[in-house]
Amino acid sequence: MTMTADPQSRPADRTAASGGHSVEIRDLDLQFGAVKVLQKLNLDVHEGEFLVLLGSSGCGKSTLLNCIAGLLEPTDGQIFIKGRNVTWEEPSNRGIGMVFQSYALYPQMSVRGNLSFGLKNARFSRDEIERRVSRAAEILQIQPLLDRKPGALSGGQRQRVAIGRALVRDVDVFLFDEPLSNLDAKLRADLRVELKRLHSRLRNTMIYVTHDQVEAMTLADRIAIMKGGEIMQLASPDEIYNRPKNRYVADFIGSPSMNFLEGQLQGETFRKDDLSLPMVGYDWASRPQGERGAIVGIRPEHVITGELVAGAPVRAEVVADVVEPMGSDTLVWGTLGGEAFRIRMDGNARVKEGDRLPIGIDPSRASLFDSRTELRL
Amino acid sequence: MSDIGMLNTVKAAEDPVRRVLDGPRGARPKRTFSRTNIFLYGTLIVVALYYLLPLYVMLVTSVKGMPEIRAGNVFAPPLEITFQPWVKAWAEACTGVNCEGLSRGFWNSVRILIPSVLLSISIALVSGYTLSKWKFKGSEVFFTILIVGAFIPYQVMLYPIVIILRDVGNFLGVQLFGSLTGLVLVHSVFGMPILTLLFRNYFASIPEELFKAARVDGAGFWGILFRIMLPMSLPILVVAIILQVTGIWNDFLFGVVYTRADSYPMTVQLNNIVNSVQGIKEYNVNMAATLLTGLVPLFVYFVSGKLFVRGIAAGAVKG
Repeated sequence: MTMTADPQSRPADRTAASGGHSVEIRDLDLQFGAVKVLQKLNLDVHEGEFLVLLGSSGCGKSTLLNCIAGLLEPTDGQIFIKGRNVTWEEPSNRGIGMVFQSYALYPQMSVRGNLSFGLKNARFSRDEIERRVSRAAEILQIQPLLDRKPGALSGGQRQRVAIGRALVRDVDVFLFDEPLSNLDAKLRADLRVELKRLHSRLRNTMIYVTHDQVEAMTLADRIAIMKGGEIMQLASPDEIYNRPKNRYVADFIGSPSMNFLEGQLQGETFRKDDLSLPMVGYDWASRPQGERGAIVGIRPEHVITGELVAGAPVRAEVVADVVEPMGSDTLVWGTLGGEAFRIRMDGNARVKEGDRLPIGIDPSRASLFDSRTELRL
Repeated sequence: MSDIGMLNTVKAAEDPVRRVLDGPRGARPKRTFSRTNIFLYGTLIVVALYYLLPLYVMLVTSVKGMPEIRAGNVFAPPLEITFQPWVKAWAEACTGVNCEGLSRGFWNSVRILIPSVLLSISIALVSGYTLSKWKFKGSEVFFTILIVGAFIPYQVMLYPIVIILRDVGNFLGVQLFGSLTGLVLVHSVFGMPILTLLFRNYFASIPEELFKAARVDGAGFWGILFRIMLPMSLPILVVAIILQVTGIWNDFLFGVVYTRADSYPMTVQLNNIVNSVQGIKEYNVNMAATLLTGLVPLFVYFVSGKLFVRGIAAGAVKG
């Protein structure tokens, strides 16, 4: 505990020693009684990266964030921020700022009071506090609100103030705990864009927890998908979408979710009943030999329909069961090879329930998983 | 009601557009003398009278002279108002050999009340805060023990506390048993369970994220308590103050057991005045003395009644 953060030093002063990693987590374990919430978790977050922790509720993503913030003590393992071991450090000495889902503004203080509270605790001079508060207010466009109480602000304004509270502290790492979940859909989209703009302006490391995959895909440089206290896949949004590491990730990302057909892989050809899918152009993780059980995953939006079917590598037919017109797209529910199969078509597509629909499949855009381990082949 | 209705009609008539657009709006008006209202208000008035009658008798008697009281008409308003009984009760009434009236007891009670209220609320505030936001290993057990303490009858603990006060006092070389200091300590200890429960539940209802945000902002145990939690706790503080002020002011048992004649609180002295066996019973003085003793809690209720209800409700939300 001899190391204490010098609040005056700018983030740039400490970059050299960290070797490009802003946050490093080593073998982190956390148990509540007998329940293991995090298990041997390792994670490196790059300098200036926007990392999203994504998962359904109870997967441990918020717990992990709270550990990084220092609000929860891990059972075992270490956390480094900027190369400094902060595992047992107070939250305020870690060089982090945090934004909460419920905004967590101090109700009795004005916006200015909220922004300067942390700085007062760190004993900054009055001039410095004034300078930082006005800078943050300018970045977030909340100058006119500075003398109001949080109760007199709208949800979006409150969240801006909450971001400002992290901003004034001039920290290395921003932590966001589902910051947009309490806002309505339109405001959420607006603030999402604003956050992205903020990140490209500040270039701070940001770790962002959400269960909303749209937020994850749009904001992240990399996404960590979590399940049961473990990271399932850590990769760029593009990689996660196109090359999911296992069936869980494939199923979790994408809406409507991926179609799965369970069958046999013979050589490089997937077979199920009378459907035969030669995996031409597929990017194999390891080239298969012999015969094995496999699951093929095809995203509803990757199914080829209309005139393009004629040129598709593999053709089949689906009977439309339910048709859901959604304006921009039409979602068709049917069956293929005895299993439910969803197709996303153009919004103008004229499909009726009961129609026999010719479809095409491009194996190079599909995903193959081992049916036992559910890992990508 | 009908006046407002008239006003609206007149206005509507002046404004033709509004008259067309305006049909009757809002809930259907109810008659003032409906059967429900008669029953409801009738009951309330009867109950209120029932409770106010003794107060009325006391007030009236306290401003009558003794001859008028002896005439025996308890409910009759005074023929001749005199404040002599009040003066006597406050400054001249005798208990045993000393004839200083209630005034001495009043100041004793004040000297007991103020430190007891401050001390018990301060301790309970900090323990309630710790038990809700800084839970430690065994904090739940600790809390349970504290709550169980609230259910043990006072009478069981009277004598053990006499011994504790005497021995601790002897050990420290100060007089605890038979002094105001000792009584203040006793009141503070007995205020603990209920006040701690009150504060703990109130703080538990303050969102966890607020507490986390303050920690990230570098506030420590005391910083969060004084700068974040306390400014939000006015309603519950008012509840605690009312509970303690009325409870301690009205206390008789501890006062009579743990103090001596020269430091008796007002309630004990009131009893001594009213129950004195020598001389004639001066009912008017007794009534005035009783009303004087009850003024402090009454005053507190009147001033802070609204806040009290709000605070009780706020503490009750989460347990």
